[in-house]
Amino acid sequence: METGSPPGAGTTGDETAEPAWIGLPPGLLRMRRLLLVVWLGLLTLALGLLLGLFAGPAWAAFALLPAALTAWGWVLLGRNWRSWRYAERADDLLISRGVLWREETVVPYGRMQLVEVTSGPVERHFGLASVQLHTAAAATDATIPGLDPAEAERLRDRLTELGEARSAGL
Amino acid sequence: MTTPGVEDAVREKEPVTERRLHPVTPLRRAWAPVAVVIGWAVHDPDQAQHQLTRLTATTLLIAIAVLVPVAALYGFMTWWFTHFAVTESELRIRTGLLFRRTAHIRLERIQAIDVTQPLLARVAGVAKLKIDVIGTDKKKDELAFLGEREARALRAELLARAAGFAPETAHEVGEAPAHELLRTPPLDLAISVVLTGATWGSLVAALVVPSLLWLATHSVWTVLATAVPLLGAAGATSVGRFVGEYDWTVGESPDGLRIDHGLLDRTHETVPPGRVQTVRIVEPLLWRRRGWVRVELDVAGSSNSVLVPVAPRAVAESVVARVLPGVTVPAAVSRPPKRAGRCVPVWWRGHGLAVTDAVFAARHGLLRRSLALVPHAKVQSVRLAQGPWERLWRVADIHVDTGADKTVTARLRDAQEAAELLRAQAERSRTGRRDARPDRWMAPPADGVEAQESRRP
Repeated sequence: METGSPPGAGTTGDETAEPAWIGLPPGLLRMRRLLLVVWLGLLTLALGLLLGLFAGPAWAAFALLPAALTAWGWVLLGRNWRSWRYAERADDLLISRGVLWREETVVPYGRMQLVEVTSGPVERHFGLASVQLHTAAAATDATIPGLDPAEAERLRDRLTELGEARSAGL
Repeated sequence: MTTPGVEDAVREKEPVTERRLHPVTPLRRAWAPVAVVIGWAVHDPDQAQHQLTRLTATTLLIAIAVLVPVAALYGFMTWWFTHFAVTESELRIRTGLLFRRTAHIRLERIQAIDVTQPLLARVAGVAKLKIDVIGTDKKKDELAFLGEREARALRAELLARAAGFAPETAHEVGEAPAHELLRTPPLDLAISVVLTGATWGSLVAALVVPSLLWLATHSVWTVLATAVPLLGAAGATSVGRFVGEYDWTVGESPDGLRIDHGLLDRTHETVPPGRVQTVRIVEPLLWRRRGWVRVELDVAGSSNSVLVPVAPRAVAESVVARVLPGVTVPAAVSRPPKRAGRCVPVWWRGHGLAVTDAVFAARHGLLRRSLALVPHAKVQSVRLAQGPWERLWRVADIHVDTGADKTVTARLRDAQEAAELLRAQAERSRTGRRDARPDRWMAPPADGVEAQESRRP
């Protein structure tokens, strides 16, 4: 029989029967929050200085706008980060994500065409890597961002191994 | 020096006989300079007229004397440097004068083979052979032109080898006998074109827009610039469709599905077994009284999309049953729950879903109904998506991605049902592959694998 059960809204009680859902490491959240604070902090400063110098101190209050945005983004990033999770089942990979727009993807191992591990300069600095699965359908958007490089490589090797064993092609 | 072992292995291979295309091929590019001149004239009519009056007979002659040999030489060179060869497991195409290109196409990966004959090619007795494989530029993997008989023989040989017949017998197997499934009568086709909304829409647009523009601007050029493309579009949707889909014949052969059609340009498509990813049964509003449907299909890497231009429903369904073995078109689909109307007013009634042992069938559209059938074995991934408004009304969408890079969506299912469907569909698409036919469809499974394995170094 099937190993999984629906993790959708209101079925959290079934979580125990689930294959182990794995969340993303906190490093990704740290990186995203840092980027947010750095960029919006710079914007706040620049806006505050420019408005304060050229339009008067009262106008400088508008600089609070990006600051508020930072606070909001801080919470959003946290919620989004918590929503991401994946599970390796016997025959397929599950990826679940999104807070408002929820999406859950199931990719049978046999359908994988290639597994890609990518890591940009910023990601590398934080010791993170993304794993992306490609099937013959480009619409299959199976990406797991911000994994620990060792975990990303383990996942890649395991997926390729399973994909080879269960290969089905088109 | 290279190692002797490798050299031996290279020498051991049977010599590959390379062939050239038909000698009329250079002429296909002869019209290019003419087209350029016409394009320039249309683009800038005043300037063109001015230039033409300045041309004297001598300059014209000189231009012709230069252009024609250059074009001829170019055509000849491209022809001379294009070779192709069929080996045991590959079709090799070698082409290019300055930029060399060698394509090796694995025969068991072929998704479809088309033999097309544009009108002029029919006059000259030649044909174009187009090979569809996944992930390549369509234009490059075609052999244009071959002699008519040679094209058919080559197609038969490619299919025989792709099917897994032994190389020695592949020549003699010849064309697999085709058994006709359906032929569209010209009258039905004409009526179906007349009963299509797009035909009238484009015709009305072609008449109304230029007349309105004339009233507004009184400029001949503006009117012509809009009228010509609009009339062209109207012609393409009505006359063009009739001419292209004239004498539509669907046949079945051991090599797969045969689709022949066309009044002026003849096209003969072959889709080997097990290549069809999705079948869509489309039912426009005006056809419903006559009980007619149109059947479209998706093959990975192929641009062919029509299976049956028009046919009574029962006939179309019997063709679908042949194309997707073991599949019956589900008679009824289940609608979304009533509360889905809060998400998609009115049109929610058009959506529906039916899942059988063999296919995932999703319907959408209220006026122009379209039922998409995906065999479970062709599903690449399954996705469940739910927006905030949909969550409020406890509905969700299920997306099924197929190998032809298309997505079939069952919208607005009950959330609980959708979650169960996601799991069940993943399970079905995983197991659905087990009894699918091998890529080399005529080869006995075990032997085919052995033969392939032994060939590997």
